[in-house]
Amino acid sequence: MSSELFHRPITELAAALESKKLSAVELTQAVVARTKAVDGRVKAFNSFDEAAALAQAAASDARRAAGQARGALDGIPIGLKDVIAVAGQPLTASSKMLAHFVSPYDATVTQKLKQAGAVLWGRLNLDEFAMGSSTENSANGPTSNPWDLTRVPGGSSGGSAAALAAGEAMATLGSDTGGSIRQPAALCGVVGLKPTYGLVSRYGLIAFASSLDQIGPFARTVEDAAIVLGAIAGHDERDSTSFQTDIPDYRAELGSRRGPWRLGVPKEYFGEGLDPEIGAAVEQTIAFYRGQGCEIKEVSLPHTRYCLDTYYVIATAEASSNLARYDGIRYGHRSKNATDAVDLYFQSRAEGFGPEVKRRIILGTYVLSSGYYDAYYLRAQKVRTLIRQDFLNAFREVDALITPTSPMPAFKIGEKADPLALYLCDIYTIGVNLAGLPGISVPCGFTRSGLPIGAQIIGQPFQEAQMLAIARTYEQAHDWHNRQPQLR
Amino acid sequence: MNYEAVIGLEVHVQIKTKSKMFTRVAAGYGHEENTLTDPVVLALPGALPVMNKAALDAVIKAGLLLGCEIAPVCKWDRKNYFYPDSPKNYQISQYDQPICLGGAVEIELPGPARNVMGEHKKIPLTRIHLEEDVGKLNHGASDSLVDYNRAGTPLMEIVSEPAMHTAEEAYAYLTSLRATMIYGGISDCDMEKGQLRCDANISIRPAGETRLGVKVELKNLNSISFVRDGIAHEIKRQLAVVERGGTLVQETRDYDGQTGTSQSLRSKEMAHDYRYFPDPDLMPVKVDAAWKEKLRAECPELPFAKQERFFKDYQLPYTLTSVLVWDRALADYFEETAKLSGKPQSAGNWIVNDLLRELGAAKLALSNSKVHAAHIAALVQLVDAGTILGTAAKEIFVEMFVSGGMPGVIADRRGLKAAPTDAGELEQWCRDAIAGNAKAVAEFKAGKDSAINALKGPVMKAAKGKANPKLVDETLRRLLAAT
Repeated sequence: MSSELFHRPITELAAALESKKLSAVELTQAVVARTKAVDGRVKAFNSFDEAAALAQAAASDARRAAGQARGALDGIPIGLKDVIAVAGQPLTASSKMLAHFVSPYDATVTQKLKQAGAVLWGRLNLDEFAMGSSTENSANGPTSNPWDLTRVPGGSSGGSAAALAAGEAMATLGSDTGGSIRQPAALCGVVGLKPTYGLVSRYGLIAFASSLDQIGPFARTVEDAAIVLGAIAGHDERDSTSFQTDIPDYRAELGSRRGPWRLGVPKEYFGEGLDPEIGAAVEQTIAFYRGQGCEIKEVSLPHTRYCLDTYYVIATAEASSNLARYDGIRYGHRSKNATDAVDLYFQSRAEGFGPEVKRRIILGTYVLSSGYYDAYYLRAQKVRTLIRQDFLNAFREVDALITPTSPMPAFKIGEKADPLALYLCDIYTIGVNLAGLPGISVPCGFTRSGLPIGAQIIGQPFQEAQMLAIARTYEQAHDWHNRQPQLR
Repeated sequence: MNYEAVIGLEVHVQIKTKSKMFTRVAAGYGHEENTLTDPVVLALPGALPVMNKAALDAVIKAGLLLGCEIAPVCKWDRKNYFYPDSPKNYQISQYDQPICLGGAVEIELPGPARNVMGEHKKIPLTRIHLEEDVGKLNHGASDSLVDYNRAGTPLMEIVSEPAMHTAEEAYAYLTSLRATMIYGGISDCDMEKGQLRCDANISIRPAGETRLGVKVELKNLNSISFVRDGIAHEIKRQLAVVERGGTLVQETRDYDGQTGTSQSLRSKEMAHDYRYFPDPDLMPVKVDAAWKEKLRAECPELPFAKQERFFKDYQLPYTLTSVLVWDRALADYFEETAKLSGKPQSAGNWIVNDLLRELGAAKLALSNSKVHAAHIAALVQLVDAGTILGTAAKEIFVEMFVSGGMPGVIADRRGLKAAPTDAGELEQWCRDAIAGNAKAVAEFKAGKDSAINALKGPVMKAAKGKANPKLVDETLRRLLAAT
């Protein structure tokens, strides 16, 4: 293996582990060393537990030696966004509120990764409580984009995207409420997949907006993403919103599904505000599919312009309630300045939450208030139904949609001081969450200044296998995913 | 001016399930603080609720027993408010679509005399919904501690219409409601353990007025008697305020059952905005006809229906039924005894008068009684056959209650059976009695039947109390007829 073990896809590493050319301990040591070498610049990690990772790697090697290896992820270091619970490890949501919180239990995805033999590596930075699109709203400070350290990695799963791009993990998990996997994947030049709502259990994921949140993988290749997705998907009786459905072998399906497909291009996703270089790269991606014999159809999602407003009503309403539990009573930050019980709430929350979290709690509280509920929350739910219907109508004519992932490439840290300007980062990703659909961002080029560009493929509900196959077709004919950032 | 009181009750009933409302950890009472907890109960980051179907079954059953309309879908909402006993700072509850609508609680008011049935009424219900209980705050001198063992226990809220007018009606309502819940196996309704809790909304208005007066919410009514006393006290208090020309204010008052006084907790409701919205963590659950029918089939006969049947099938007097039917186990015990003995009324008398007295004195529950239906049935039959005399039977019962021995065995051992007297000997005693009581004989012959009792005394005395009274009676009559 080359010295740059940490830039290889899981498929290659799994083969090397299988043929015993590489041990899980060696691989983990390489990732640990890489992390120690570069994370001072990338700042993707909130924390890591080297001893625990190496112990898991040693256990993996022992399994393999005993002929009991568990598949492609056995011995592979995978990083988790710091909103996914791992028993005995910190769980901070990049918030002062949970700065010293250690989870006593495993999320379902954590258990599933452990069962698959993965080496859990580190707690990855994010926008506090997953609220943001740049990973700047973190109590631990911003994460840098490995392609340009002065720029943001996107968000909210910026740590997950940056760690992978920088070779500090072989795959990572993020969570996506309005684009928080796909947008940072695009900005960091990696693959990011948001599954259909209900495909992956949310048990053990710190809730931001329950009806929108989904956990999904970041990976170097579409095939790697398929492997990780296969490991974490499936019904969970601890999550009432998880769906009872058979989980296909996504990796195997990649080989068996070939086009040509009917691809829709929603005209509303190519309008004002789209960076021309990104527009051009996505047009070339569409041209590639046309060249492959795919039928390309312009479609309309007429309610797209309401997506952002709808999202910020529903997501903040749910968040205002979901975050009520952080009160300093049972765990988390407790103010030392409180004078009585009521004041304890005020002071603990005032000190524990950052400004963007407070902004959203206030907005969400407002839209649920008596007298405003019908005008905001109820109406937003109705519009949400229309938005979903737009997508389902389009899927009567096409198999999948193709759009830009983000309207802009990575921007400078501190450049977007206006929260509303930041909210625009998600205009192409939010509709997918509102409609509960799967979406994947795949690298599809670079700007002239060397910043990654991502194309988004939106699939039909629970048709991840097809969506992955469409993405893989493009990836196999291009080598954007093989480029590596210089960490400058 | 005449005033009328208007009373509505909000009753919380904890549902008796093995586990909590939205997680698998055990529900229970009296455990060490904060041991019945898990990530869901404590609202740890990332924990999610999953509905306990047994609790939904129970509330649907309660609704069926009370004649409610069952909603086609069980929908969950979040009720948002901050309080340290509420781990999530929202309570999962049902807001605009309660699982049960309408229905009524049938009550019986006190009759004109103890042995006469009182008037029956149906108190209409507004709704029943399902929710989760909160934790418990224990206030110390300098701090307060929270115990989350109770948090997440399945809880239903049963809301009556403001349709009661006296404290007695409220008392009868709670008595009937509690019996219904216990009968249905829905809750044990032990108020001391907080399994049944009651708040009362009370107002008064001039007789004939249809609008409601200013409402006072009475809290901490932690026994059924306190509910009655508290409401009676509150009605009196309101009347006194109005009579001396004062104005009633909307407030919440705390009733102290020990002193029989109340004090204002807060005047006017705090303007709570609970920001209800559908809980996105829980999917609505369809309740189809088959589900409801399955539960309907499990619904037991309720006390008033049972009472009617006891009148009809066993010809029991009201006084017996009114004791027997309110306790399902006792009613079942009675029916078994009635069947075994073939003498329902005697069986009922023994159970209501003797068994309950002994159980009460020994502070025992029926389930712990050593006297089973077979014991009482055997006793009834022995007395009926004249094998045991009434006074002896009472003695036997007391011993049977302590030892659990069968009555025939006890009677034999203690020589309490009527003596299997030599017929000749008995006849001689009877002749002696007749010969020695000319006055009684004359009276009897003159038609005064009870005069025969004066002859029985000497016979029993001669027999040392062990003669079969039936046989004595028969022999005396035969001899008297012949003289």
